[in-house]
Amino acid sequence: MTTTEQNIDEILIPILEQVSDPEIPVLSIMDMGVVRTAVIEKDMVKVQITPTYSGCPAMDVIGDDIKSALKAAGYDSEIELILAPAWTTDWITPRGRKALEDYGIAAPLSAEADISVLLEGKRLVKCPQCGSTNTRLVSQFGSTACKAQFQCDDCQEPFDYFKCLK
Amino acid sequence: MKNKNLYNYILGIADNSLILGQRLGSLTGHGPSLETDIACTNMSLDLFGQVRSYYQYAAKIAGDNRTEDDIAMLRKEREYVNVLLVEQPNTDFAYTMARQFLFDVYHLLFLQELQKSKDLTLSAIANKSIKEVSYHLRFSSDWIRRLGDGTAVSHQKMQDAMDGLWTYTDELFHQTEADKIMVAEGIGVDVTALKEAYYKKVNAVLEESTLQIPESKWFQKGGKQGVHTEHLGYLLAELQYMQRAYPNMEW
Repeated sequence: MTTTEQNIDEILIPILEQVSDPEIPVLSIMDMGVVRTAVIEKDMVKVQITPTYSGCPAMDVIGDDIKSALKAAGYDSEIELILAPAWTTDWITPRGRKALEDYGIAAPLSAEADISVLLEGKRLVKCPQCGSTNTRLVSQFGSTACKAQFQCDDCQEPFDYFKCLK
Repeated sequence: MKNKNLYNYILGIADNSLILGQRLGSLTGHGPSLETDIACTNMSLDLFGQVRSYYQYAAKIAGDNRTEDDIAMLRKEREYVNVLLVEQPNTDFAYTMARQFLFDVYHLLFLQELQKSKDLTLSAIANKSIKEVSYHLRFSSDWIRRLGDGTAVSHQKMQDAMDGLWTYTDELFHQTEADKIMVAEGIGVDVTALKEAYYKKVNAVLEESTLQIPESKWFQKGGKQGVHTEHLGYLLAELQYMQRAYPNMEW
């Protein structure tokens, strides 16, 4: 019931990889790790997705987008939202982390480092624009539930940091 | 309804988050600074997300045609069972943060216990929410310290807020009938057992913030029985307006 393993039919992977997070269009939902199950049962695909944050409004959109992507590939589907096991930023793939940084969002640090940057003001987050770690926290909460707001004191660019959730 | 006690128990948890979420949400565009505005609305969003999981589950248990929206939007004031603390008005930022802090400390202790529930849905919701609520608590504690141990004016405002809200804290630890039955079944949390840890944590932060621990001989109660302060009616009028004016509308 609370397995952390994903169970995804190989044939469905290329279809699901086309679906992206509406808030972060460069990040596919597969790289984000929100798809936990996608299996073909008879002529129906059963999909289980898990939210990043409870209130994430993107989840409804993601569910609809998965449905239409599968429909376009000839599959009917059922989408179920599951809460256990709870999503963690560890499930973002290395390719997903790279996509985040290329898009201008600093990828999550380890849980320990995350606490020191968000609570103790340590300068550890790397600016996605210039690579400097001379960055500071502007706001513990950011433009979406999963991000905090930072600014780089070298290149002066403000940027989002994807908070570690573990 | 077959499982009326579980249904009532879930509402007892969820209504707190709904009403507090609505209070925080009303600061959208009105926070004292951009960062605090975003923080309050982010916390509101987390709470609404949690509420949806609870109400969806409650609707399933009810087993009739009611939906999560019906439960959130179409009850009357006396049918809401949130504690009085969360319906108190925003007043000023000191009140908003004091209310948040006094609830967050309880909320985290409660969820840590709910995680152990025999009911797998409740335990999963608790497990998911804990991460979010710990972050809320860090944020609100930080503001208690900053304002309490700040200027003479900020100190006074935070002290006034704590003094004003203190009378609503004891109700958090009152058991309802549904509570007692759910505790006996291994599903619910025994809130009476959280009281000691709660005041220990709250008092420690207040002391650190150079604030006086308020003394109260008499505490307000009634929210859990549906008997609310005058503030809830106005809040619900705003919350329910669209559903009442345009029945069955969806987003």
